[in-house]
Amino acid sequence: MSVMEQDSAGAPARASLLYDPKVRSIFYQVLLVVVVVALGYVIVSNTITNLERQNIASGWGFLENTAGFGTNQSLVQYSETSSYGRALYVGFLNTLLVAAIGILFATILGFIIGIARLSNNWVINRLAYCYVELVRNIPLLLQIFFWYFAVLRSIPGKRDKWSIFDTVHLNIGGLRLPKPIWEPGAEWIGYAVIIGIAASFFVARWARKRQEDTGQQFPVFWTAMGLIVGVPIITYLVTGMPMTLEHPNFVETGPIMLRGFELNVGINVIPEFLALTAALSIYTASFIAEIVRAGIQAVNHGQTEAAHALGLRNGPTLRLVIIPQAMRVIIPPLTSQYLNLTKNSSLAVAIAYPDLVSMGGTVLNQTGQAIEIIGIWMAVYLSLSLITSAFMNWYNQRMALVER
Amino acid sequence: MATTKMFHIRTEEAPHLAAPLSTTGIIGWMRKNLFSSIGNTVLTIIGILIAYSLIQPLIQFALIDAVWTGENREACLPKDGAHSGACWAYVKAYFPQFIYGRYPSEEVYRVNIVYALFLMLLVPLAIPGVPFKRLNALLFLIVFPIVAYFLLTGLVIGDKVVLPIVETAVWGGLLVTLVIAVTGIVASLPLGIALALGRRSKMPIIRMVSIIFIEFWRGVPLITVLFMSSVMLPLFLPEGVTFDKLLRVLIGVTLFSAAYMAEVVRGGLQAIPKGQYEGAMALGLRFWPMMYLIVLPQALKLVIPGIVNTFIGLFKDTTLVLIVGMFDLLGQIQSSFTDPTWSTPSTGHTGYLFAAMVFWCFCFGMSRYSIFMENKLHTGHKR
Repeated sequence: MSVMEQDSAGAPARASLLYDPKVRSIFYQVLLVVVVVALGYVIVSNTITNLERQNIASGWGFLENTAGFGTNQSLVQYSETSSYGRALYVGFLNTLLVAAIGILFATILGFIIGIARLSNNWVINRLAYCYVELVRNIPLLLQIFFWYFAVLRSIPGKRDKWSIFDTVHLNIGGLRLPKPIWEPGAEWIGYAVIIGIAASFFVARWARKRQEDTGQQFPVFWTAMGLIVGVPIITYLVTGMPMTLEHPNFVETGPIMLRGFELNVGINVIPEFLALTAALSIYTASFIAEIVRAGIQAVNHGQTEAAHALGLRNGPTLRLVIIPQAMRVIIPPLTSQYLNLTKNSSLAVAIAYPDLVSMGGTVLNQTGQAIEIIGIWMAVYLSLSLITSAFMNWYNQRMALVER
Repeated sequence: MATTKMFHIRTEEAPHLAAPLSTTGIIGWMRKNLFSSIGNTVLTIIGILIAYSLIQPLIQFALIDAVWTGENREACLPKDGAHSGACWAYVKAYFPQFIYGRYPSEEVYRVNIVYALFLMLLVPLAIPGVPFKRLNALLFLIVFPIVAYFLLTGLVIGDKVVLPIVETAVWGGLLVTLVIAVTGIVASLPLGIALALGRRSKMPIIRMVSIIFIEFWRGVPLITVLFMSSVMLPLFLPEGVTFDKLLRVLIGVTLFSAAYMAEVVRGGLQAIPKGQYEGAMALGLRFWPMMYLIVLPQALKLVIPGIVNTFIGLFKDTTLVLIVGMFDLLGQIQSSFTDPTWSTPSTGHTGYLFAAMVFWCFCFGMSRYSIFMENKLHTGHKR
């Protein structure tokens, strides 16, 4: 119809304002803003009246108050007389710790299983397949319960232990490790480590340059190992062994209540941490394994054949040709698995590992400051997510295909 | 001398020799796949040892040493020094609780009807060859939730009690797990589609709001969402308005999974060639008919595996509700450990084993289905 009108009138017909896409779009957006603002207003005003009714003073003042509850693991000085803010900080550090260790183990295990999944060996291949299908189809919380309530309850009790080489001990109280005691002069060992790392970095650069110029190879890996491990050991010996190990002290005689490991001697890894780390890394590893498998399979088989044709053996083929290309496919989903692991570490609350959610939950119960605590939780996890994805994006960009 | 035959011409075909024994059959297969080199042999042996050390105790525990019948803990206590096996008698005794929670036993038939309806509608929907998909989907997504709602919670018209009211506080076990998972997925699908469309919209404010919403929910752990819905949501509501606890959890779970669903659907929308949009517009379709008739049917079909995967994730995540004090399957099992009638050293292990088996069957079944659909749908895109 409008075409006809246009023909006869010679000028474009003005459609109704109702059908103008621009007007419509502005209308919808204004409508959305109004709805969001109205919803926000209702929520805020309801919350304020509800809080007044329940006599809860909103605000951050409670963070200064004395917490009055202890914890069984803190990376910084913390006691019952510390403040709520300090308690949340302790929880935050514990979350970071379990996430970092979990990510480390999950990555190692995930890569091993993922590569095993591609093995020509039928037994290894099937074993890896069963691992993946079994672990990723069982809820994480159930696995945490399994490790905490089923596995860690069937190991020796407080008055008994399992030991490996008499240095690492395990019982229901957790894992006991020797604790290094640093004496004056120990800082030289730290410097030696830094020097070793720096030196191996330069050796690697020099070796690469030499290989590109002359084609001669240099055993970079072993040299670096020697530098990073050897130099500190020599320093340790030269400076007169300024570090000793404090072994956990297991008391076998005396009053029954005092038997078992002496308190505060050596490092004690609490069982909650062990169970949580085990469950998180094993669960996440099954997803990482699938990502690794898909990533390696995404590299064209021709690449392997070409590498073999160039005379590379299996090891160098994997290291120099396949993995660098597979990493491009692997990294984006790997990032989201790392984020998932970090977020899943909040399940710690189920076994009372003192992470951010667990500590925050105690604070919430004591103070009733629900909005502030949940706000802190969400802010922390959101920023962890954003920081991790920013870092991974940066890494991804470095690894990305550089095209001409 | 001159006519001595110095050559030989074979007149019949050489007999077909069987391939060497070492390259065919089971031995050949083993040589190729298990013992092709020393390293491989070592790996095989290590693998077999690992498998044996895992499977043997499991079979010993779950089958050989297991106790199948019994009235109370006496049956399952370890007999003089021997290891105690799985206490299946305990699972048998608790089975109704694991499936229905503390749902009154005279009303349990209502739950059974819901389970049956659910299966009757889901199975034909899931099998690609069965006709009447549209009607089926309509029944499953709209009629079934309403019917199930009244069947499970009860129905009172005026003063007449058609179905007695059953408080959600007594629901539990698999019932709660399934209610949360199914409601979460059914309710989050439309919301997720809307968010995905919003994220791809050309209107900046709508796009921004969608992005903030999606990234917010994806950035926080579900457990904080559950705490929020159980602690904070009541604060948001006007005085006097209270929500059922289950409903509060459902709202949290739905918003949470809608964000994940939105990302899955967005993937599907991005995979649709621009020509499809342009073709629809050239036909004079407006936005919603274009989406409804052209784009979404193709996009959703592409992401069925993704939707199923989200569903698997959600199904596993329903266990988290036990942290906010609800009794899903895992919560119900966990709470049954405190019962002194059945407290034995092996009760906990048995309970976890049972929970693991149930969850594994559901999740593995769904993941197989997702792979099946992927293969089925993939054919259309093969060149």
